[in-house]
Amino acid sequence: MNPPRAAWLFLMPALLVLGLFFVLPVLAALLLSFTDYDLYALADPRNLRFVALDNYWGLLQRPLFWSALGHTCYFVAVGVPLSMAASLGTALLLNSPLARGQAFFRTALFAPVVTTVVAVALIWRYLFNTKYGLVNEALAGFGIHPVDWLGDPHWAMPTIILFAVWKNFGYNMIILLAGLQAIPPELYEAARIDGASALRQFRHITLPMLRPTLLMVSILSVSGYFQLFAEPYVMTEGGPLQSTESVLYLMYDEGFKWWNLGSASAVAFLLFVVMFAVTALMLRLGRRGDAAEVQP
Amino acid sequence: MNRTARPWLAKAIINGLLLGSAALAVLPLLWMLSASLMAPGEASSLPPRLLPAHASLDNYRALFGQAGMGRYLLNSLLVAGAITLLSLACNVAAGYAFAKLRFGGRERLFRGLLGALLIPAQVAMLPLFLLLKYLGLVNSYAGVIAPGMATVFGIFLVRQYARSVPDELLEAARIDGAGELRIFMQIVLPLLRPIVATLAIFSFLTAWNDFMWPLIVLTGQEHYTLPIALASLSREHWQDTELMMAGSVVTVLPVLLLFLAMQRYYLAGLMLGSVKG
Repeated sequence: MNPPRAAWLFLMPALLVLGLFFVLPVLAALLLSFTDYDLYALADPRNLRFVALDNYWGLLQRPLFWSALGHTCYFVAVGVPLSMAASLGTALLLNSPLARGQAFFRTALFAPVVTTVVAVALIWRYLFNTKYGLVNEALAGFGIHPVDWLGDPHWAMPTIILFAVWKNFGYNMIILLAGLQAIPPELYEAARIDGASALRQFRHITLPMLRPTLLMVSILSVSGYFQLFAEPYVMTEGGPLQSTESVLYLMYDEGFKWWNLGSASAVAFLLFVVMFAVTALMLRLGRRGDAAEVQP
Repeated sequence: MNRTARPWLAKAIINGLLLGSAALAVLPLLWMLSASLMAPGEASSLPPRLLPAHASLDNYRALFGQAGMGRYLLNSLLVAGAITLLSLACNVAAGYAFAKLRFGGRERLFRGLLGALLIPAQVAMLPLFLLLKYLGLVNSYAGVIAPGMATVFGIFLVRQYARSVPDELLEAARIDGAGELRIFMQIVLPLLRPIVATLAIFSFLTAWNDFMWPLIVLTGQEHYTLPIALASLSREHWQDTELMMAGSVVTVLPVLLLFLAMQRYYLAGLMLGSVKG
């Protein structure tokens, strides 16, 4: 057996699975989004009609789509920076030569990442309960009145953001920690000899050296945070007053509650377009920043 | 003021912050465990209790006795186990081919796969549901398992690692007349053992924790995995804090223990996966 034929045999199972269960459905989703596939078409495909861009126009005129997109963007715009700050902060602490018991702390800080979203979202639902929750109880110690965390439309999304930060920061923490450890110690030594303060060392050595890693993890986080679904599904069911309904929540309801699969596919593609645009923009801005740094 | 004049202060601040953040990360999990051992109603008493007055396993008995948790636990083990084994077979073979075997269009195909990573999985879910419906696989284990049988991330991870396998070793075996399958099984696989362990734990955790796809494809209780069962139970038993926390423990504990036991492999994979290829 010659290598090229062997190669295709080794590739075959994976390519078949990805082709049949991913590539084909994605292409089908694009076609589906140009049709009025609904409960009637599900019963009898002859009811299917081609509607061109009607699903997209319809969505762009629906306030519900815009509010779902708004909530999702809010979640991304606040959640990702907070999450990155927590990851970077804990990575810096773990990397400090003064820190003790790093292995233990690293494991403890990482633990939330491996847990099941549904299970830990339930914990948060109880901890943030208005009447019996430990969070309000602790705040009462500081004289703060009980907050209706998940029942007040203004507080529900911030509470979900806090939850997401708690659940996810450990992942980027590990990657950033590896990035920090890869910075040559000579750089810091030279800076110390020149009398640079810790803050200046951070700004002029740590941040520039960590830049590529920071850019990569923030792009990955942004695309992850755009896929908000399980958190509101468990913690608020999209409420109160639909204040935590995300784009994927809308897609799920549209597709699997109302069986408007055509329109739901259009929702999925619009989300894809938004995610693609935002991550491409970040990549471009990040690269331009690199180029600017090289110039004197 | 010279900072280094007070090293003990810097040390106290850094370790204090570490301790505080680690406590924030772990305390919700400890509270879950504590509440799961409380008597009904105890977790929602005023003022709130941190520890059970009389720890008991009654909630777990109720979960496994009346709520059918044993069935869901087995479903989860079966689904996550099958996805892990099948995806390992597909991903390891494909990753090795991309790293070490020469064939026309290799780089282009690989770049195409990486490009597919940009597309969120949810885009595929609606037609996938229709496809599985026509195949008669909706509400079956196979329906949950099928789309997880190969992943671009897994192929990428194996390829990164397999590139370090020396070509001379493979050439020598070919000159000795060994077939490609034998080379793969007897020479390559043993060398790939660390990445296979890493990928196994990644796949298992991802499959165990997966929510949206099982929620869509499993329409009847009998095939529910733990996360889906837990979400459905919580809508029914919202007031039973202690019972729900026991359910959360049953869901989280297996993956948490697996992570603790295989931490080294998991974290190594996380770094390897984050390296730009």
